Amino acid sequence: MSPSYYLYLSAVLFSIGALGVLIRRNSIVVFMCIELMLNAVNLSLVTFSRINGNLDGQVIAFFVMIVAAAEVVVGLAIIVTIFRTRRSASVDDPNLLKF
Amino acid sequence: MTAQLLAVGHTSGGEAAAFWVLAPIAFIAAIGMVFTRRAVHAALMLAVDMLALAVLYAAQDAPFLAFVQIFVYTGAVMMLFLFVLMLVGVDASDSLVETLRGQRIAALIVSFGFAGLLIAGIGNALVQVPDKGLTQANADGNVTGLAHIVFTRYVYAFEITSALLITAGLGAMVLTHRERLTPRVTQRELMQQRVRAGEQVTPLPSPGVYARHNAVDVPALQPDGSPAPESLPRLIAGPPPPGRRVATPAALTTRESPDGDDI
Repeated sequence: MSPSYYLYLSAVLFSIGALGVLIRRNSIVVFMCIELMLNAVNLSLVTFSRINGNLDGQVIAFFVMIVAAAEVVVGLAIIVTIFRTRRSASVDDPNLLKF
Repeated sequence: MTAQLLAVGHTSGGEAAAFWVLAPIAFIAAIGMVFTRRAVHAALMLAVDMLALAVLYAAQDAPFLAFVQIFVYTGAVMMLFLFVLMLVGVDASDSLVETLRGQRIAALIVSFGFAGLLIAGIGNALVQVPDKGLTQANADGNVTGLAHIVFTRYVYAFEITSALLITAGLGAMVLTHRERLTPRVTQRELMQQRVRAGEQVTPLPSPGVYARHNAVDVPALQPDGSPAPESLPRLIAGPPPPGRRVATPAALTTRESPDGDDI
């Protein structure tokens, strides 16, 4: 089976994640969509590793997972902090920096 | 288990079956995650998606990444997401009001266009994909091969990730830390506050004491023979008559939280 099917799936999942980031208003769901995009890229990295016959792609996917874990921790902490002060998890509400 | 997963990767038919079963599941779960209104449902859809991707990793000779995906994403990250969802409130569903007019349509068009571009690009660039396979690279086992690379060529990146994780942990603690703005209320101060409030400090009399019946709807009798309506449960007695101050258990237990409300 051709590995390019995995790349198609990865592209579709990445686009769905981007769509979610654009249309959802709840910041936690936006964050989940970002995680979906990271996962889609990981799938393509694993596929590239298999196409090229070496393990570098898998190592990069592994590092992406580590960075994503750190990102989730900090991002959710920011969401909780904003929710404490503004009582809302919507991305429309924090607008103090808006010109 | 790992051997079985690896075997799936080598037999082309099994891999194709796994892909054609899991790719629609992943697609539908992703669509569902974007379009369900409740955040908890979105989190469950994301978990389904991550599990499907984990199996796809295993089908592509990456058993280590498959298990790391399950541990880290469906285990830790989804747990964190659900935890924060419970903290923020599970009913925090999206408002359907568009803040920018036409933004949803524009977002749909942009993401469809983006998907089209990506698929066309992949279709053009990777028509004859060589698919060398990982049998040679995984000859000593996938974990061993990965460890050889991680601890030689990528060792600096690996060390830097440790600093990154420590920084992220500290950052999360700093961000969610809250200073105590008011001094801690001691038990003595609570007691004084309760007595000075002028409400009933002692326990309320039980219903039915010294009365003709000891049923729960019969008020107790006071020493002078008059009934004591505060002995009745609130639900049976109904609202207290105006002008008479009845100490309810709620009035005795509510007090100012020392540092605002908790979240």
